[in-house]
Amino acid sequence: MTFITTWAKQGKKYRPLISELIKRDLKVKYRRSFLGYLWSLLNPLLMMTIMTLVFSTVFRFDIQNFPLYLICGQTLYSFFNESTNIAMYSITSNAPLIKKVYIPKFIFPISRVLSCFVTTSFSFLAIIIVMIFTKTPITIYFPLIIFPLLFLLLFASGIGMILSALAVYFQDITHLYSVLTLAWMYLTPIFYPVEAVPEFVKNIIYCNPLYHYIEMFRCFVLNGCMPDAQLWLWSVLSSSISLVLGVLIFNKLQKNFILHI
Amino acid sequence: MSEPIIKVENVSMRFNLAEEKTDTIKEYILKLIKGKLHFSEFWALKDISFTVNRGESVALIGRNGSGKSTLLKLIAGVMTASKGKITVGGEIAPLIELGAGFDLDLSGRENIYLNGAVMGFDHKYMDAHFEEILEFSELRDFIDVPVKNYSSGMIARLGFSIATITKPDILIVDEVLAVGDENFQKKCINKIHSLLENNTTLLFVSHNSDTVQEICNRAIWLDGGKLMIDADSKTACDAYRGI
Repeated sequence: MTFITTWAKQGKKYRPLISELIKRDLKVKYRRSFLGYLWSLLNPLLMMTIMTLVFSTVFRFDIQNFPLYLICGQTLYSFFNESTNIAMYSITSNAPLIKKVYIPKFIFPISRVLSCFVTTSFSFLAIIIVMIFTKTPITIYFPLIIFPLLFLLLFASGIGMILSALAVYFQDITHLYSVLTLAWMYLTPIFYPVEAVPEFVKNIIYCNPLYHYIEMFRCFVLNGCMPDAQLWLWSVLSSSISLVLGVLIFNKLQKNFILHI
Repeated sequence: MSEPIIKVENVSMRFNLAEEKTDTIKEYILKLIKGKLHFSEFWALKDISFTVNRGESVALIGRNGSGKSTLLKLIAGVMTASKGKITVGGEIAPLIELGAGFDLDLSGRENIYLNGAVMGFDHKYMDAHFEEILEFSELRDFIDVPVKNYSSGMIARLGFSIATITKPDILIVDEVLAVGDENFQKKCINKIHSLLENNTTLLFVSHNSDTVQEICNRAIWLDGGKLMIDADSKTACDAYRGI
């Protein structure tokens, strides 16, 4: 467990690097696009509009305040999807750096997930806009959204570290993961209510950590209520398991990165 | 003054060429059938030992592929040795190959901050030394141009300027000067001398024996991964050139 203290020390020394890498990611993401950062706000709004149109005419679910229900789930899911996907390539795409200078390698997946978190936080403005439009009251529970976001961040960091380490050894994982995320999306109640699916699918959904975070998030934003203890417990458990596994696997695999990139 | 800062003890480095080049299942199975998977082992370094004291300037000389860069990468902590132990007692500014630590899509300005951060220096520190870097690298007019449009000489200028501004304990310079023009090489050599006076330790790789003898008082000759000679730079250079 000595590597934990080493990581902590390195995290402190390399904090400037983490913030530079985050800045770089943001710059590269919106380079040459005319609207730039505005896209982080526009994108979820436009997506929500289209999906609301589709699901209020073609498939109909009995959900109150569908636009807000949708944008909550969609924002959190797309953060997870995007951050783990770019974290997956973080080691391989930073090969020139890793080959020539010593940098603690966990910085790469972590900084990618964090930079994605920064862009996602712009989309919360979109959620607030939808709340105002749908006349949803902002309750005292609203500031608590920080908790599901924190759980999601830890969960995504763990998965991101595992993927980035595996991608060094098996490039195939990148293809596999895109299929997996599609399945994962359909098994996350983003645009349908969990009550609408058959019993056995429900059981799978209950094992899906993203479902718990989204459920908790919607509780604070949409319903203005306190989630039950069980939901808290599951969320704490799944996010910490993911993080611990991520750290252990990454630490084990990182020694030979240099020989494979 | 004779405090050891780099200790290299019985270091060997093995590369398994076959295993590392196997990317697809097809290749893997083919190699498995042919029994080639564990064969092409390559020892880039064989049982190397030496010590460098603080303030010393040591050159590594030898032919291409003799293990110089591998040794530097081991010392810089980029790779870990297969056998043996390396102890380093200070901050390293590695200038291994061109453009180490640069993101080619970013401008020179952005790369200064990125590269500084790679060595553990924050935005404020780099801000304070920004002028100095511009001055030394003579890249003022190109600082907002993406680095991918730089010539190799310009990249070397920028890299050297950033690495030396941080006043590292150990400076590693690997062939970087070779691409700079004469004027800039002179400037770099002066800079290296002034760093050496301030107790920086230098590890230097070059194929130019004159430069080696001008900068370094000690040289290590590597050949085929083996340490041939560890002596003062003139003796080592002469031996290397077969005189």
